[in-house]
Amino acid sequence: MSRLEEHINAKPELSIADSANAAPAKTSRIARRDFLKTTATIGGGLWISGYVPELAARPHSSAPASAAAFAPNAFVRIAPDESVTVIANHSEMGQGIYTSLPMLLNEELEADWSKIKVEAAPVDSVYNHTLYGVQMTGGSSTTPSEWERFRKMGAMARIMLVDAAAQKWGVPASECRVEKGVVFHTASGKKATYGSLADAASQLKPPANVPLKDPKQFTLIGKSVRRLDTPSKVDGSAQFGLDVRLPGMVFALVARPPVLGGKVVSLDAAEALKIPGARAVEQIPSGVAVVADRFWSAKLAREKVKITWDDGENANLSTTQMIADFSRQSATPGNIAKKTGDPAGSLAGAAKTITAEYDVPYLAHAMMEPLNCVVDLRADSCEIWTGTQFETVDRANAARVAGLPPEKVKINTTLLGGGFGRRANPASDFVIEAVNVAKIARAPVKVIWTREDDLAGGWYRPMWHDRFAAGLDAQGNPVAWTHTIVGQSIMQGTAFEAFTIKDGVDSTSVEGAADLLYGIPNLQVDLHSPKIGVPVQWWRSVGHSHTGFSVESFFDEVAHAGGKDPYELRRKLLADQPRMLAVLQLVAEKAGWGKPLPAGRGRGIATHFSFDSYVAQVIEATVEKDGNVRVHRVVCAVDCGRAVNPDIVKAQMEGGIVFGLTAALKTEITLENGRVQQRNFHDYQMLRMFESPEIEVHIVPSEQNPTGVGEPSVPPVAPALTNAIFAATGKRIRRLPIRASDLAGGSEAKS
Amino acid sequence: MTSFYLNGKSVSVDDDPSTPLLWVIRDSLGLTGTKFGCGMALCGACTVHLDGKAIRSCVAPLSRVARKHVTTIEGLSKDLSHPLQRAWIEIDVPQCGYCQSGQIMSAAVLLKENSKPSDKDIDEAMSGNICRCGTYPRIRRAIHRAAEMAAEKRSS
Repeated sequence: MSRLEEHINAKPELSIADSANAAPAKTSRIARRDFLKTTATIGGGLWISGYVPELAARPHSSAPASAAAFAPNAFVRIAPDESVTVIANHSEMGQGIYTSLPMLLNEELEADWSKIKVEAAPVDSVYNHTLYGVQMTGGSSTTPSEWERFRKMGAMARIMLVDAAAQKWGVPASECRVEKGVVFHTASGKKATYGSLADAASQLKPPANVPLKDPKQFTLIGKSVRRLDTPSKVDGSAQFGLDVRLPGMVFALVARPPVLGGKVVSLDAAEALKIPGARAVEQIPSGVAVVADRFWSAKLAREKVKITWDDGENANLSTTQMIADFSRQSATPGNIAKKTGDPAGSLAGAAKTITAEYDVPYLAHAMMEPLNCVVDLRADSCEIWTGTQFETVDRANAARVAGLPPEKVKINTTLLGGGFGRRANPASDFVIEAVNVAKIARAPVKVIWTREDDLAGGWYRPMWHDRFAAGLDAQGNPVAWTHTIVGQSIMQGTAFEAFTIKDGVDSTSVEGAADLLYGIPNLQVDLHSPKIGVPVQWWRSVGHSHTGFSVESFFDEVAHAGGKDPYELRRKLLADQPRMLAVLQLVAEKAGWGKPLPAGRGRGIATHFSFDSYVAQVIEATVEKDGNVRVHRVVCAVDCGRAVNPDIVKAQMEGGIVFGLTAALKTEITLENGRVQQRNFHDYQMLRMFESPEIEVHIVPSEQNPTGVGEPSVPPVAPALTNAIFAATGKRIRRLPIRASDLAGGSEAKS
Repeated sequence: MTSFYLNGKSVSVDDDPSTPLLWVIRDSLGLTGTKFGCGMALCGACTVHLDGKAIRSCVAPLSRVARKHVTTIEGLSKDLSHPLQRAWIEIDVPQCGYCQSGQIMSAAVLLKENSKPSDKDIDEAMSGNICRCGTYPRIRRAIHRAAEMAAEKRSS
């Protein structure tokens, strides 16, 4: 157990908010840039080499292994029927890790790939994230963090299977070789399958030394192996949290306050309880739970519950007002996140200066599968089924609410119908609420959030305001760059504040800005973190989701102000960044940067470094006369180190681009009088098929260790698009989402 | 009692006739391949076939399907043999997979009515189905591929 995990289990009240509506609090995530610093403190036993004997000493799996199954460690089980079960300690939410983790393991195990099955790990400290010290999925970190461990786990199993065969045959193990789950001794012609060796291998001690292949010998890593989960996702058999069914299970919805943070004053359940099938209507900490035999009965009953709410402190919140407040605040100095050279002096002495302000809204994650959680609460146990990204935290929170020790809480991680960060909730809001509902349901209960509940439920990507100034020399080169950021901290008040907030700066608020790759000699980035009663959390690409847009758009402004080609200026200022430079040049070449375009079409470029990966994109777009934007083509280049499964990398880039386009063109969560204005997909619109552009992805070949893939394609999308719009129309978009009203006249309006 | 045919089998349920078909299929009949996404016919995750036409089951009352034929993703084929399923696997379309039952059911009606759909046909038939993971480019490719597979099957 890591010290971080001990902390969460021992003192949940320090690390966990009480309800979905409480002030944002508490997490166990550590900003990636800080992991090296923090793992030294919290990550006792995180060294892979230290793990091996520990794992071997306590084989563990989520299902009882049959007597003869071979479970050399917590991550793989080989049965006499030749099936190989890989136990995945990270959740599958679309990012493909139920395929890439088995690929890592089987690169060394060398079992027959067709025999591989995947099972979700139970909650156990043995499954803790190698960098973050708790069991979780996020930070685009699954493959990078398991790159070594999963290969070691596979190698350990193979070595023991080979030893078992060698002992059986009385030959040296060094004379044996393996292929597709069969051990061969060439000289004697003997062979044995892994399944037949499982029992004998179980009797052996694990090897002290587990050497790994030279990457030149890889046969699986680097191949576009088809996803293992696809068949189950095209015939309806894949089981998401919403699909869980238990004997005697009832259904519940919760009426939550119309103003985030509101409380129930009074409740009249009489009419609701008349709905056929309605069972119980009772107040719980997050609102009023309505329990019924079926979802539909619960929904009808919820509409009949009469509740008087106390709107609380957020009753007057208005995002319109917040935009004005943020802008005002951005004109004052914030806490310094980064300072090099003499930004103020060089701005004052610049041949030309330009300034700009940018705004982005609150955003909901809007996973296609709305939040849900199934709980079977008994006197001495609590079993949970849900699609979560945050097992350790959820278990500690559920245990506290259930009044049980964490070891009495079992979490079954299902497939996630999208996550994007929402299912790693620092307060475990959707989990503890379901435990509270289970207390009144007196039966196993499935709590379902409707789309309206999900969109209005808070925990958004924060609103951000960015104020820039740049100074150019007489040749038009930027010599000074200042950037003031205003927005809520997602880490403030959490258990990990100490690791992520230094000198008043939440590193996740300034990522992508304070670590600017461009060679600008005088640089300052500062931050204001206003406290606002809207719960906020990470959202696909976290802080990069706003800095990618603002930094790369303003960089474009700087290039134009200095009379420079935006691509050429980037090239020049990335001279000391060989990996980003290579990505930039690749995308420009593939996109045909500088080549003529059809009339009215503009081309924009952007780069962004996040989750240790380098991404550049070129977008071609047209603006119609009515101001509507048509995105024709997106070209993306990525350096994510070694691509474990190139087709999955491409899929993640494609998906991130569509996700980024939705944020650029469509979505915002607004509040008036403390009430979220958006209800469903009619006013929180997603990009649809007819708006989806042609997307090309180019992966830079690399022998570096794998880096993040799930998030890094999101940040450059919005700026590449707004830069394309500028190229097409001469209009600079400085707030998202892009509005047709800001672009009336279209591409033809360009003088 | 309301009776209808679900994936070719006659079923009877005592749910209130105003109950949306989606919840009858999922909660009363236990077939969970059809998904809930919005409850307002905005996202297409609940798409099923009613007498061969694509409908959004989240807004279709049970009464509407009485004595009619409903097909869900579970009834598309018994063995992943439908050209759309084969194409979806070949191209590895799904990411999280939650919307894909609805995507495939919408695409199945398109292909039945139009054996060689153009990109524009695909835009029109598929724009009622949202995919938050952004698999649209692959859905498009897979529909074209499935059309080819179906043509190969017909000519063989």
